[in-house]
Amino acid sequence: MAHQHIVSSFGEELDQLAAEVVQLGGLAESQVADAITAAVKRDVALCRQVVERDARLDDLQADIEKKALRLIALRQPMAADLRRVVAALKISLSLERVGDMAKGIAKRAGPMAEAEPMTTLARSFERMGRLVQARLKEVLDAYSRNEVDGLLNVWRHDDEIDDHYDSLFRELLTYMMGDPRTIGTGAHLLFMAKNLERIGDHATNIAEIAHYDITGETIEGERPKGEPTGN
Amino acid sequence: MTDAASTGRPREAAEKRLQKRYAAERRFRAYGLLAIAFAVAFLGVLLTSIVAQGAPAFWTHSVTLPVYVDPQRVDARDLQGANYDMMIADQLLARLDVENDELGENSLKAKDLLSPDMGYQVLEMLKRNPSLIGRTVSVTAPVAGNADLYYKGELGREIAESDRKLDDQQFDWLDRMKADGLVEGHFNWGLFTRSDSTQPELAGLLGAIVGSALMLLVTALVAVPVGVAAAVYLEEFAPKNRWTGMIEVNINNLAAVPSIVYGLLGLAVFINWLGFPRSAPVTGGLVLALMALPTVIIATRSALKAVPPSIREGALAVGASRTQAVFHHVLPLAMPGIMTGTIISMAHALGETAPLLMIGMVSFVPGVPEGFTSGATVLPVEIFIWENAAERAFHERTAAAIIVLLGFMIVMNAAAILLRRRFERRW
Amino acid sequence: MFGKIFRQGPDMESTTIPDQSPNTVEAPRPTLGDDTGGSVGTTKISARDVNVFYGDKQALFGVNLEMADRAVTALIGPSGCGKSTFLRCMNRMNDTIPGARVEGTILMDGENINDRRIDPVLLRANVGMVFQKPNPFPKSIFENVAYGPRIHGLASSKSEMEGVVENALKRAGLWAEVADRLHHPGTSLSGGQQQRLVIARAIAVEPEVILMDEPCSALDPIATAKIEDLMDELRQQFCIVIVTHSMAQAARVSQRTAFFHLGRLVEDGPTEQIFTNPRDTRTHDYITGRFG
Repeated sequence: MAHQHIVSSFGEELDQLAAEVVQLGGLAESQVADAITAAVKRDVALCRQVVERDARLDDLQADIEKKALRLIALRQPMAADLRRVVAALKISLSLERVGDMAKGIAKRAGPMAEAEPMTTLARSFERMGRLVQARLKEVLDAYSRNEVDGLLNVWRHDDEIDDHYDSLFRELLTYMMGDPRTIGTGAHLLFMAKNLERIGDHATNIAEIAHYDITGETIEGERPKGEPTGN
Repeated sequence: MTDAASTGRPREAAEKRLQKRYAAERRFRAYGLLAIAFAVAFLGVLLTSIVAQGAPAFWTHSVTLPVYVDPQRVDARDLQGANYDMMIADQLLARLDVENDELGENSLKAKDLLSPDMGYQVLEMLKRNPSLIGRTVSVTAPVAGNADLYYKGELGREIAESDRKLDDQQFDWLDRMKADGLVEGHFNWGLFTRSDSTQPELAGLLGAIVGSALMLLVTALVAVPVGVAAAVYLEEFAPKNRWTGMIEVNINNLAAVPSIVYGLLGLAVFINWLGFPRSAPVTGGLVLALMALPTVIIATRSALKAVPPSIREGALAVGASRTQAVFHHVLPLAMPGIMTGTIISMAHALGETAPLLMIGMVSFVPGVPEGFTSGATVLPVEIFIWENAAERAFHERTAAAIIVLLGFMIVMNAAAILLRRRFERRW
Repeated sequence: MFGKIFRQGPDMESTTIPDQSPNTVEAPRPTLGDDTGGSVGTTKISARDVNVFYGDKQALFGVNLEMADRAVTALIGPSGCGKSTFLRCMNRMNDTIPGARVEGTILMDGENINDRRIDPVLLRANVGMVFQKPNPFPKSIFENVAYGPRIHGLASSKSEMEGVVENALKRAGLWAEVADRLHHPGTSLSGGQQQRLVIARAIAVEPEVILMDEPCSALDPIATAKIEDLMDELRQQFCIVIVTHSMAQAARVSQRTAFFHLGRLVEDGPTEQIFTNPRDTRTHDYITGRFG
């Protein structure tokens, strides 16, 4: 077990920073979950809530950034402490982007709810959404518990999400080509799916950053990536 | 911590304690002042009594008489054989219009008023110029010791005639000599230009001063180089083991040995075994050098210890050898302390009497010592000799000699302080 | 080596110390004026199995460390860990402490300086030292710098000596401030200036290695910064080994850092690696202020 800092307030500040990142992560996770639920259940009120709640994430991220800068200036952290602070900074940025992505999904889900439901597609969307949600949860849990294996797992399965996105893409294209009246809704769904894929990328990003934080080394090798679909 | 709002009792108690502390401080200051006052009072008493006793010795009276060199009493072929004192005394009597009686007692009484120096001067004049026989020469010489005391008012008619050396008639003659303008009072340069003599009016400190100077020179030349070198070796180069520890203890003990033991040592080793001349500055100097050596070593060592080790380290770090570091850096910095220590130990040596008595410097030495091996005496021993002399006039001269010795001490100590102030460096 | 210590440096070999930091440019032969951040020269001093005893008490246990030329190596560690003791082995200053015993091999340019046959006086002309508290001699500024060259016979005439002194003061960054008062006492300077004077004094004898024992601990931040800047310049020519209590300073000035603890060398490596990702827990705890 690592020793405590001799200057206990230093240790407390580091712990506080970590707690805020966890808090931000939780918020981001619930935004994603709610956005997906709102889209699938066509819940307009929930969509509005997600959009409004995004401001909280932005505020929290700004606060984390401020705390991190303060720590660097006043405490001159070294080694693991330095890596932790820089990681907290970078991860909070990623999480804030995740929140923005969730907000984007909710914004589009609103108008979509007023249109005709596209049940099969909605189910595919939901499957992809829950997978992304799970990956996000996995990476944040692994980070807060300092578990390298969990991080590596998320990192390696980045292509799964890409595959989901590719199949959803093809499905949508087929659907839209079949019935031109659905192009409006289909386009929304396309963007929403893209947002989900971006959330998945951010999760992998967080895995890389967290790995460097915990081990001090970057993950070896190329990020496994699915081939982008053509046509 | 009680706050002011609560019962004022604790505050009162604290104030009482404070008052007690202040009172104790005031008492302590008073004790200190009392102690100082005591010391200053004693010092004051000592100095005033000595100065009161010795001051008169710095003033003396001389008489100028025309002396007719009677060819009937002085034979040119035997100048030494003439009795100049009687000749001068007779002429003085004539001058005073006093008849001499058959026994010639009046002449003797007149002679008692004059110093043998007068006759001696006439002899010297005749030796240089025998043609003076038959002529009158003017001779100035001090009056006799007792006459001088009479003139200074220390020997007067209030003492019973049988208890004093000069009788009332002699007093009258002295008065008349003074009235005639033959006698003059002046500063007693003779105290510094003449050497010791059995006649108090002719006794001076020159021989003692020169003897002291020569002896101090020997002491300094022996004690200082040897002492400083020994201290430098012991402090900087010698390994720190049991032997050097013992040496240090022994040196500290030697500094406390009574000085008369050194006199015995000098007597046994220098005079009896090595055959050095008794009562000579070289012997006295060597004995005192042995005595001053431990003090010089101790003073030098503490001066060396006071140099901070960072100076030595700095010199070593630049690639100086141990010897270079010591001689280029440590020794120059320790110099003020060394000089102060040596000057003070020389001042002590100047005032030492006991060991010098052991090696024979107590004998009466007329004249100024010619060299390091001729018989000599030193100031403190001179004081001792004069104190034991019979003549009353020596009494004030002893005190005067003490004043001179104290003067030397003060000058040497002042020199030590000045040198230390001038060369003190801040590192 | 000691036949030519005063006139030229040793030949540079082509073996470099493997630099683990991924960001360093591996220059083939570092040259003067080359300021490629982390690149260092060849090994200048190689300490093997060094044990130091003060009487019965052992202060250093089997230290193995290599110090590179044209680089600053920082020795860090808590009080009493033996870093100053180790530093003083480099110029045999421990010889002046009665009861001190140094075992092991310390190779400088291939020669074991711990050998009894090596004269420490000559060694110290080649390995200069700067102490914690500035200790200029209580002589004039000129004399302070001229003393070393004088006793080692480095200048044969008065004008040559003046040139040596001026050169040393310039390289120590002090010339501009004292050129007009060379005959004032060295002790009349401020703390930072005194320390630079001491550095000039050390440089004047043309050493190859400069040892610094907490040189800035008695100085204010600006004086400290000036000396750190000076170290950056000096390290292009000398092998510098510095003992410091301030980890921030070690991080700022050194290319390699060695961490000592209770008389043992725990870890050493490139400074960047030690301060971002040290291998040993003890190093990590010390650096992050967690020692417990």
